[in-house]
Amino acid sequence: MTTSQQTARPAVKAEIQAVPLRHPGRWVGAGVLGFVVIFLLQGWVANPRMQWEVVGEYLFSPAVLSGVGTTLLLTLLAMVVGIAGGVVLAVLRMSPNPLLSSLSGFYIWIFRGVPLLVQLLFWYFLSAVVPTIGLGVPWGPTFVQFDTNMIITQLAAAVLGLGLHEAAYMGEIVRAGIASVDPGQTEAAHALGLTRFQTLRKIVLPQAMRVIIPPTGNQVVSMLKTTSLVFAIAVPELLTSIQGIYSRNFQQVPLLTVACFWYLVATTVMNAGQHYIERRFSR
Amino acid sequence: MTTLIRAEGVHKRYGTLDVLKGIDLELAEGEVLALIGPSGSGKSTFLRCVNHLERIDAGRLYFRDRLIGYEERDGKAYELPDKAIAAQRVDIGMVFQRFNLFPHMTALENIMMAPIMVKKEPKAEVRERAHALLARVGLADKAHSRPDQLSGGQQQRVAIARALAMRPGLMLFDEPTSALDPELVGEVLDVMRDLVRADGMTMIIVTHEMGFAREVCDTIVFMDGGVVVESGPPSSLLGDPRHERTRAFLSKVL
Repeated sequence: MTTSQQTARPAVKAEIQAVPLRHPGRWVGAGVLGFVVIFLLQGWVANPRMQWEVVGEYLFSPAVLSGVGTTLLLTLLAMVVGIAGGVVLAVLRMSPNPLLSSLSGFYIWIFRGVPLLVQLLFWYFLSAVVPTIGLGVPWGPTFVQFDTNMIITQLAAAVLGLGLHEAAYMGEIVRAGIASVDPGQTEAAHALGLTRFQTLRKIVLPQAMRVIIPPTGNQVVSMLKTTSLVFAIAVPELLTSIQGIYSRNFQQVPLLTVACFWYLVATTVMNAGQHYIERRFSR
Repeated sequence: MTTLIRAEGVHKRYGTLDVLKGIDLELAEGEVLALIGPSGSGKSTFLRCVNHLERIDAGRLYFRDRLIGYEERDGKAYELPDKAIAAQRVDIGMVFQRFNLFPHMTALENIMMAPIMVKKEPKAEVRERAHALLARVGLADKAHSRPDQLSGGQQQRVAIARALAMRPGLMLFDEPTSALDPELVGEVLDVMRDLVRADGMTMIIVTHEMGFAREVCDTIVFMDGGVVVESGPPSSLLGDPRHERTRAFLSKVL
């Protein structure tokens, strides 16, 4: 230490100013893009055919608000079915029994392979081939019987279609989460005398949550938007309501703007929520 | 003295690899036994068989005269259901090389979890015992720390307290100090030494700490290639080994 202080240092020269490299290209690019965006926005906002008064008229109309409510309800129910199904699929997939694990794989293969719109229509038209649903002994007597159309209403078809499709994706997410937990955790729990089920519930799943929660948040936001597909089976969610209105007054773009507004509001709120949850679980 | 563990010709295979090729071993209540040997000798595998974390493929392994993980009927051993195996493990505590504390719980919660979940003991009583155990391993002030806030030595001491909370009749230690920085090994060995001296705990310790084994163990078992090469009290096994393989191994580690 002392020696370095004793060695002579070069005399300090006058400070020179450091000038960062200029990037004129970036400035030009930003200017051009900014101009294009302003031009497009101005053209959209100022377009008299946009009929902003129509947008304002319908933005908070009861039909639209009830559509928003149905969209949120559908998102919630479909995710509940999807998450519950996903946990079951993941546990089956990891079962040592080859039949159980391949059945889970088979489910995932089908429900990820067929387009969601086709699945929704499939559930909706199910009553055509399965007119009644009963409870009883297979190939034996039936105790109670229902009209399929009574059980699988439009809403139920939508929840089933969206939820069962979602379960296939959630299954993979949950499986990845469970696989991310150190096997030593399971061993330590077993060594303490916990059963397999207790170990899964108290030790493995809570730790898998860190890995499961962030992509699940993505799935919720994605589900919110995907619910718009159920307009094909006439469930009165947001897009169906909007369509109902513009099929009468032919103001398609203003009404679709209303739909965009509500979808954006909902996804923005959810993204903020997800950001918060991710921060909590990454600790 | 009652026999706690009795192994008769225990075999374990992974695919075509024979990890254990007939282990015979006895452990009396109150005895402390060290398993030593080169890596791959099967000592950790044998330890894991003792609480059925590994299934044995042949032979018999008894804890308090009951087969571990199996039930013998008409000359065959049938594996026990999940719950029965879990019940057998209650009496056998295990400490792992990598601690395996539950990271989503505090030190106190780690210790309290199993007595409450498995033995259904009253929470207040368990909490009191958990605090006492933490004090015993010298971590009274760390009750509400999470594992990632503790050093390796502290985590391992919590792991020992967690196993003790179940009041086991036998403790298994799987290389408990191998993952620790050298300066933290002593604090863990101190806790283990105290268990032997104060409680007379029955223990099987897989270890490379020869000095510790010599000091606290009644018996040292040298394993190599899936068999017990020789065993005996520390003075004779470490001081005057009879087999060439034992001598070769000891010359490298002593």
